[in-house]
Amino acid sequence: MDFKLSEREELLRKSTREFAEREITPGIEAMEETGNFPVELLKPMAKLGITGLIAPQEYGGIGLGYLARTIVLEELARVCAAVAMGLQVHHMAIAALKDFGTEEQKKKYIPPLARGETMGCVAVTEPSGGSDVLGMQSTAELKDDRWILNGRKCFITNSHTSDYWLVIAKTGEGPKGLSAFLVDKDAPGAKTGRVEHKFGLRGSNTGELVLDNCQVPRENILGQEGGGLGVALKTVSESGRTGMAAVALGILQACYEEAGKFATERVLYGKPIGALQAISFYLAEIYTELDICRLLCYRASWMKDQNLRFDTESAMAKSYTCDAAARCAKKAIEIHGAYGIMKEYKVQRLLRDAMVTISAGGTGEIGKVVLGRAALAPFQKKA
Amino acid sequence: MERGIVCVKPVPDPKAWDRLRLDPVTKTLIREGIPWAINPLDKHALEAALEIKDAYGTEVVILSMAPSAAQPVLREALSMGADRAVLLSDQGFAGSDTLATSRILAAGIRRLKPFDLIFCGNYTLDSSTAQVPSQIAELLGIPNIMHVTKMEFLETRRLAVTQKIEQGYAKLEAEPPLLLSFTKEANKPRYTTFLEILAAEKRELSLWSNADLQLDPAFIGLKGSPTQMADLLVQPKTRQGLKLEGSPREMAQGLAEKLHQLGLI
Repeated sequence: MDFKLSEREELLRKSTREFAEREITPGIEAMEETGNFPVELLKPMAKLGITGLIAPQEYGGIGLGYLARTIVLEELARVCAAVAMGLQVHHMAIAALKDFGTEEQKKKYIPPLARGETMGCVAVTEPSGGSDVLGMQSTAELKDDRWILNGRKCFITNSHTSDYWLVIAKTGEGPKGLSAFLVDKDAPGAKTGRVEHKFGLRGSNTGELVLDNCQVPRENILGQEGGGLGVALKTVSESGRTGMAAVALGILQACYEEAGKFATERVLYGKPIGALQAISFYLAEIYTELDICRLLCYRASWMKDQNLRFDTESAMAKSYTCDAAARCAKKAIEIHGAYGIMKEYKVQRLLRDAMVTISAGGTGEIGKVVLGRAALAPFQKKA
Repeated sequence: MERGIVCVKPVPDPKAWDRLRLDPVTKTLIREGIPWAINPLDKHALEAALEIKDAYGTEVVILSMAPSAAQPVLREALSMGADRAVLLSDQGFAGSDTLATSRILAAGIRRLKPFDLIFCGNYTLDSSTAQVPSQIAELLGIPNIMHVTKMEFLETRRLAVTQKIEQGYAKLEAEPPLLLSFTKEANKPRYTTFLEILAAEKRELSLWSNADLQLDPAFIGLKGSPTQMADLLVQPKTRQGLKLEGSPREMAQGLAEKLHQLGLI
């Protein structure tokens, strides 16, 4: 086994870290206040290679894999998880196009997304629920060479910052009754609804998409008619879960750094509080969780890069890391004492951000359903 | 401009400096666990060279003297956009002071002839002598402009250079061959883009030892260094405490007087 990252991966990390610290940090306060995603960062992020990270080079991207993406998202989230969240969903849209798009669709949609001229979003969740994909109510009907979409999508990341939406809607009943569509935001009947005000990941844009007799050209179906469940599951399970896990991993890294710094600088009873065993145990726990999560996240991404099946591993990385980030953020706050709950200190933001990652991109519980199934599989008797 | 050479020194990463310790016996830095980084001012030198490359297609070559373990630092410099890199590495180079180092770097530069411009950082963060750039220029017999804050082309082979001096700035004109050493005011070093990271993997990184340079061992390394470290001390940081007493008004008065005395207000 080789746990060492390559020179390339180390350089990607270094470059992203430098960029995030210098270019993203100054805008965090404004993001916390306004709840707006910093769209002005898209161009510089595109120049670095972040927006087009997993897009193939022939479509204007960098052509890197999922391990590289995990490292880059982790470094963004270490500084600002909200920006990482916006980018991870942007990557999901690119991944879906890469996996299911026709040559024409790839040529039309991937280059502007890779160049950061706009963002992409993936719209599965509805007011009736997100985990129950088949229970969705949005419909698509073919009329005179056009798809007519009706329905409402909610809690959609990048809803108001995207020019292209990947929308899943019902074209029939049952598992074969869903289809995926590429909707331009300017299509007749496509509207954005309310913007949500979240307590965490403030700078990541979340809101509603409204489809009111929305007209979509026939060729804008992504994948086969009736193949929408496959598009949704593959995209959420592969790029969604690994991306969410990477965001939580970055939060966890920040928890460790903030807690470690404070425990070394804060003096009580004549010595740094890190010398107190109670505090050092907290740090030991955060340090261990960080390592567990990093190994889980890197393994899942590495498996994707090796073309191995990794739905169990991505669910494990996602559900464990997001929970661990929240647990460790709480510990980091406790190490800070009263300072931890003050807005001037970063740790309180880390807890708020970590809490949002738990339900996003497939809830922790859905992840455990996948894991429970995998855990029991070897013991199941054949019917 | 055909070729520019950028001298780069791998130094302990400034972000890890609070973890740097001195070995009390050998008086050397304990480097274990401290990552390498490009000397920060060398990034400004490299940026200046890359701007010329962008405008005129000049070949940019990285030159460094360091242990071979510092290769990732050179790869990072290549990822910023340099065309190739040469690492001068030899057991015999160990312990070189600034003069011996300058002899080794100058020998490397001679081997890379022809060149038009040599770019250096004004000083390195770990030793801060600022002697190497001028010594290299002297050994090569070419002019040297230090403290460069701005550089532009007047004609294809004529440069206007702004240099920071004690009382302000001096504007100079010069022609290659020339050595320039840069301050951080000169430019904002570019970020390493992901595409360049991939491209740099295919760029040449050569290792040259003294077998390539053929320098007399009496003039390099510890033996060839006229200056030797006699001692190295950690300067203790102490704060002067001042306790003011009396009523709040008296204490405020006392504080104002003290600040005034120190010339701070």
